Amino acid sequence: MQKPIDWRPGIVRATRDLTADIRMIEIAPEGAFVAPTPGGHIKVSVMIGDRPDTRSYSLVGPCADGVYSIAVKLLPDTRGGSAYMWSLTPGARVRISEPANHFGLGHGRPEYLLLAGGIGITPIFTHALALAEAKANFRVLYAARTPDDLALADELRAAIGDRLETYLDGEARTIDLGAEIAKLSPLGEFYVCGPIGLLEAVKRAWRDSGRPFDLLRFETFGNSGSRPSVPFRIKIPRLGKDIFVPTGKSMLDALEDAGIGMIFDCRKGECGLCALPILEVDGIVDHRDVFFSEEEKAANAKLCTCVSRVYGGSITLDTADR
Amino acid sequence: MAKPFPLNAWYPAAWGHEVRHELMARTICEKDIVMYRRADGEVAALEDACWHRLLPLSMGRLIGDEVVCGYHGLVFNSAGRCTFMPAQKTINPSACVRAYPVIERHRLIWIWPGDPALADPASMPDFHWNDGAEWKGEGGTFVSLKCDYRLVVDNLMDLTHETYVHSESIGHDAILNTPFDTTHTDTSATMTRWMIDIEPPPFWAKQLGKPGNVDRWQIVTFQAPAVVVGDVGVAPAGTGAPEGDRSQGVNGAFLAALAPETETSCHYFWNFVRTFKTEDEQLSRDLQRAHVNNGKGVYDQDHVVLEAQQRAILRNPRQPFYNLNIDAGALWARRMIDGLLAREAAPARAAE
Repeated sequence: MQKPIDWRPGIVRATRDLTADIRMIEIAPEGAFVAPTPGGHIKVSVMIGDRPDTRSYSLVGPCADGVYSIAVKLLPDTRGGSAYMWSLTPGARVRISEPANHFGLGHGRPEYLLLAGGIGITPIFTHALALAEAKANFRVLYAARTPDDLALADELRAAIGDRLETYLDGEARTIDLGAEIAKLSPLGEFYVCGPIGLLEAVKRAWRDSGRPFDLLRFETFGNSGSRPSVPFRIKIPRLGKDIFVPTGKSMLDALEDAGIGMIFDCRKGECGLCALPILEVDGIVDHRDVFFSEEEKAANAKLCTCVSRVYGGSITLDTADR
Repeated sequence: MAKPFPLNAWYPAAWGHEVRHELMARTICEKDIVMYRRADGEVAALEDACWHRLLPLSMGRLIGDEVVCGYHGLVFNSAGRCTFMPAQKTINPSACVRAYPVIERHRLIWIWPGDPALADPASMPDFHWNDGAEWKGEGGTFVSLKCDYRLVVDNLMDLTHETYVHSESIGHDAILNTPFDTTHTDTSATMTRWMIDIEPPPFWAKQLGKPGNVDRWQIVTFQAPAVVVGDVGVAPAGTGAPEGDRSQGVNGAFLAALAPETETSCHYFWNFVRTFKTEDEQLSRDLQRAHVNNGKGVYDQDHVVLEAQQRAILRNPRQPFYNLNIDAGALWARRMIDGLLAREAAPARAAE
């Protein structure tokens, strides 16, 4: 199990809108500043309704001024952490963790390819600056919906010039993953941060290329699926329960709130501890985890309750209760 | 209290010949590290604790160039990335152990325990005397010497102690009576002592093999944070050694590459090399034995002193110690270590 978070107080120093729905929030820690490494994140204690919860946000840039910069995308249909973050104004007191890093940069590689989809730019931006400082050989591919959604692109272009290539929805030119991977040095690393659909496509292309999987590095948000987030119901015949899962709540939280004992660790679809068996589904299971393989997801035998959802209807699950 | 060792530095972790295609554990700067040599000859150095339940990976085994944890079989490659997890079809993308930058140079394996982004091969200390090319000699290691590595630096930067600790081999009253110069750059400190027209101490009289008095030199250079090289020797008095002509004399160098293990222990990689009788392998072995020989060698004598000193420091919590004129070289060395520590504390890039 994860060790308890060592919460520290912080104060919101400034906020700045990067796009219509992406806001930069600068948080100054009270007490010692622990500098992050590229790809690192902090946890922030957020309020979802009247219930405290925890969200992780990638740090943007080296944070050399002793202030943690994060960029938060306002997501109307997800768990509600972003709405809380957007409610913060300068002077607001928050609780944050020390930086940690699950998406660290490997050093000394002959080449790096970085790919960001949407708000996935936050760790990729920081990686790119670090690689530029290290005079590494790298390129950044950055995809977003419209020109107005390309948060941090101007700053990035100023720092790394034409190593940055941007792609927009609806453009004729798209990212050819197979070709990009083929161009990459055999010992090069590919870093991806973006929505689950992009990630699945990259994993498929990488597998097709036959390259070793440890050279593909990715980070997930745990809140992006192939379907919109909508309410649904969970039925548990073993316990005679029928549980409503609203848009802004995870299945895991809904199950716990209904008094069902759950075990879990990462809460972002990586560890697989919170998975439950699917008995029946009325609708489409939107697997948003990276724990199950594509084949396992297609088989629909289990799902990760921390991130995955059901689109349209209900799902019947079993639990560990005996 | 901050640790007394900078992390952003190259430290010796092993002799090259020690690291084979097998798992070898060593602690450097309080970081438990497992090392092994890959099939391509490169050395890998990983955090010696499995990502999953922290069992030392050194208790596992190697399959090819990958380490298999001895508890649940997680596999890590030489970059520290997990390549296998039991009972699942995918691999948790967060799963990895730290991989430390490694350079094999001057017959030693050097490891950078700090921020890998700052690991610049150009900042390697100069230790070329140990290459086995121009200078010859066979050294050794004190693994887990029970003292702060800075006590070894102190010891080597002031050779006055030879007179008392090594009186029957290299000690000499002339060391006490001869003034010395101390100079420094941004990253090094040098103590220079020339003893002119003295009776040679027994060790050097034997190596020189010529009668009469000698001019003796000790030019000891510290390279921050943990390397000391002493250019030492004698030449017949008046043959021009102080002016630069050492051709009539014999020249050796004592080499010390240190790695802090904890705050109060270190690994001490040493050698004594020479440019005279370089083909004489028996002499190499004799010199090795003269330094370390079951408690009777010159370095054995230092070993006893250093560990006793560390014990006394821990039992006498007064200001560490007083300083004498003779400590100038050691104080410059410590000034440089403190400078590295301050620089590391300031911009504070997390070491993780």
